[in-house]
Amino acid sequence: MNHQARLLKKRHRIAAAFKLFCLSVTCLAVAILGILILEVTLLGLPWLDYDFLTSFPSRFPEKAGILAGLAGTLWLVTLTAAIAIPIGVLAAVYLEEYAKPGRVSTFITINIANLAGVPSIVYGIIGLAIFVRFLGLERSVLAGAMTMSLLILPVIIIASREAIKAVPSSLRQVAFALGATRWQVTRDHVLPQAMPGILTGVILALSRAIGETAPLIMIGALTYIAFVPEGPMDEFTALPIQIYNWTSRPQEAFHELASAGIIVLLLVLLIMNATAVWIRYRGSKNKFL
Amino acid sequence: MNQPAFEIRLTRTRGRPLEQVLRWLFFCCAAISVLTTLAVVGVLSVETFHFFQQVPALDFLFGTRWTPLLEPKAYGILPLVFGTTLIVIGAAIVALPVGLACAIYLSEYAGNRTRDLVKPILEILAGIPTIVYGFFAITFVTPILRTLIPSTEVFNAASAGIVVGIMVLPMVASLCDDALRAVPASLRDGAYSLGATSYEVTARIVVPASLSGIFAAFVLAISRAIGETMAVTLAAGATPNLTLNPLESIQTMTAYIVQVSLGDTPAGTLSYQTLFAVGAVLFSMTLVLNLIANSIMNRYRDVYE
Amino acid sequence: MTEQSTVLLRASGVSIAYGDQLAVRAVTLPIYQHRITSIIGPSGCGKSTLLRAFNRMNDFIDHVTLTGEIAFDDQNIYAPDADPVAVRLNIGMVFQKPNPFPKTIYANVAWAPNINGFRDKMDQRVEEALRQAALWDEVKDRLHESALNLSGGQQQRLCIARALAMHPKVLLMDEPCSALDPVSTARIEDLLFELKEKLTIVIVTHNMQQAARVSDFTAFMENGVLIEYGPTETLFTNPENKRTEEYVTGRFG
Repeated sequence: MNHQARLLKKRHRIAAAFKLFCLSVTCLAVAILGILILEVTLLGLPWLDYDFLTSFPSRFPEKAGILAGLAGTLWLVTLTAAIAIPIGVLAAVYLEEYAKPGRVSTFITINIANLAGVPSIVYGIIGLAIFVRFLGLERSVLAGAMTMSLLILPVIIIASREAIKAVPSSLRQVAFALGATRWQVTRDHVLPQAMPGILTGVILALSRAIGETAPLIMIGALTYIAFVPEGPMDEFTALPIQIYNWTSRPQEAFHELASAGIIVLLLVLLIMNATAVWIRYRGSKNKFL
Repeated sequence: MNQPAFEIRLTRTRGRPLEQVLRWLFFCCAAISVLTTLAVVGVLSVETFHFFQQVPALDFLFGTRWTPLLEPKAYGILPLVFGTTLIVIGAAIVALPVGLACAIYLSEYAGNRTRDLVKPILEILAGIPTIVYGFFAITFVTPILRTLIPSTEVFNAASAGIVVGIMVLPMVASLCDDALRAVPASLRDGAYSLGATSYEVTARIVVPASLSGIFAAFVLAISRAIGETMAVTLAAGATPNLTLNPLESIQTMTAYIVQVSLGDTPAGTLSYQTLFAVGAVLFSMTLVLNLIANSIMNRYRDVYE
Repeated sequence: MTEQSTVLLRASGVSIAYGDQLAVRAVTLPIYQHRITSIIGPSGCGKSTLLRAFNRMNDFIDHVTLTGEIAFDDQNIYAPDADPVAVRLNIGMVFQKPNPFPKTIYANVAWAPNINGFRDKMDQRVEEALRQAALWDEVKDRLHESALNLSGGQQQRLCIARALAMHPKVLLMDEPCSALDPVSTARIEDLLFELKEKLTIVIVTHNMQQAARVSDFTAFMENGVLIEYGPTETLFTNPENKRTEEYVTGRFG
């Protein structure tokens, strides 16, 4: 019996040690986020002022600013949203409401799942070959937006499909029973009900687009630009590209500029994600049925 | 003989022209995804084919020198593949154990309040743009590494690997958490009722039962690490280097693609085509890994239905 | 039959609450050694909750509070220094739905002895447990096949064998036959008669006929309260409480 009791003690010790190990590792992961944000804030906050937000990049760190990047990102996000949201949501509508379950529908679904896992730089390569060269759009915001749209389309479609799937079928059936056509049911009942989920997915997809650098470099977004785009065919730069440019320079001062840019980027993302959370929260409160 | 007050003609919704047009329009939207895949495969194939007309495929796939932009020109992709591999190994060492341990803690030990705190934090980590991780590698990880191991070069694979690991960590934790939670409570109940400790139940019953889901998570993480661009471009270097020493400067496939597009490469030249050839190899690798992971996940989802 | 037996397990004034909802109210129940005690009652009367309290399986549910005392061999199993793992080594459990591990038949039975350090003579241990569960003859040639290939009744007997492998003193059974067909049910009931020579059995069942067939003592619960407890024959043929009589004659439940 003594042997049993000793073994039991040992087993309990092992169990406690294992739990402690897993807890420590989890704390480590959380701490890494803290370190990251701390470092960026400490380095960059001193550089973050009105001049920084309204100046163009310069060889002199004191004079450099993020205006071109902010403007470019704004243009990019707006155009990308205008292209990707309608296509993505309507594609989800087709797959969930119109398509008959079968080989075609499954094939498209598998396609989308695979596209979601393709590295973003491959989308950049395609954007370069098709939009920049083949369609002749050169290094324009439009080419960038079209490339980004391809990138985030799978994400929007998958998220929208989930949201549409969550709409109870009883809601559709009631509408059909009243003599509505499929489009009327979708437009007046399904989409409004699914809208919070769709919006959340869209916002998260756009967040992803804002942070992507590689595809933009591929299609030729410039790294040193001293103007704000005025039309979709203009050349442009973007927040992450500007950050990349500053980070790749050896001087300390440019690294600090880069962290200021990162703060701006993270703030933009924070606002977008907070909006998504708020929409999700509001949406779940308004659920009838 | 009662005449109906009005004729009730059965109109199928298919018949209405507006419905038809809309249906066709929506189909086109969905079909764009297929077009995208065709575009990816098509563009990569065509340009790679042109590339292979000038550089033999075997030389490309198995050659050990990669100097397409300097004389004497060589087009062996192995240095880039080794570079990518080093990053993946570094990322795997960081992300897989840590991610799995996090998932075990969240799924088996943490209370609801802890979960509600930690899961959003992991989501935030997942949403940080990769450029920020590249910055972190250069300004934080590399200096520390160079202090600890003075022979570390300014650009090195280890920094980039560590940082890519941190980047992929939330995904591993989240997917493993899903896999662990899919194991039914009845299995845990049975194990606990036999007088087992939480370690024994977790390590000997729950984790083995969710092994395929965990494996799928690992495969997906590796796929993402392969495709990662900005962190490695900033921190790992631009020197194709056939080495397994993580402290040296290397170049990954993705970093090379960026290098080419930052330079001035006219369309149609061989240098331009190397872009697509390397891109094709990259795409193939991630595609195969994603297919493997998806098939594993589909299979294990059926087990517990 | 009811004399010459000690009380091995005893619940004294036990109340169990999920949050602020009382599921078991002030139950006092003795469990006699080497006897089969059944707990019957309509759905939701708290019998499963009470059963799970006997081997501290309620520990895994959030916001569960237990007042009162449950003593095994005169030791309070809910004492602050009591080890739940040690409790479960002495008090085993078989669940409503068979839940074998996704491993081989052999590995299922050998798992608990393995982690407890009983590694030698494992083959004999496994055979003994499978024989006690009346499963040996059916599986002796396929011990290293997956347990999930067995039929429902066989899986449940495997779960019994698994629980027996550590030679517990008490076996708790939570509606063990409710997911099985009548033939498998009969086989397991036969098994119980043999088992009670070596151990003490507490069985929760919603099947009154099963309780009447199998058990020595019966406890009838309703709404968390122990309405009546006594020798099975008396409870079924001559119950003291009117509610008991209504239940066993099928007027409700």
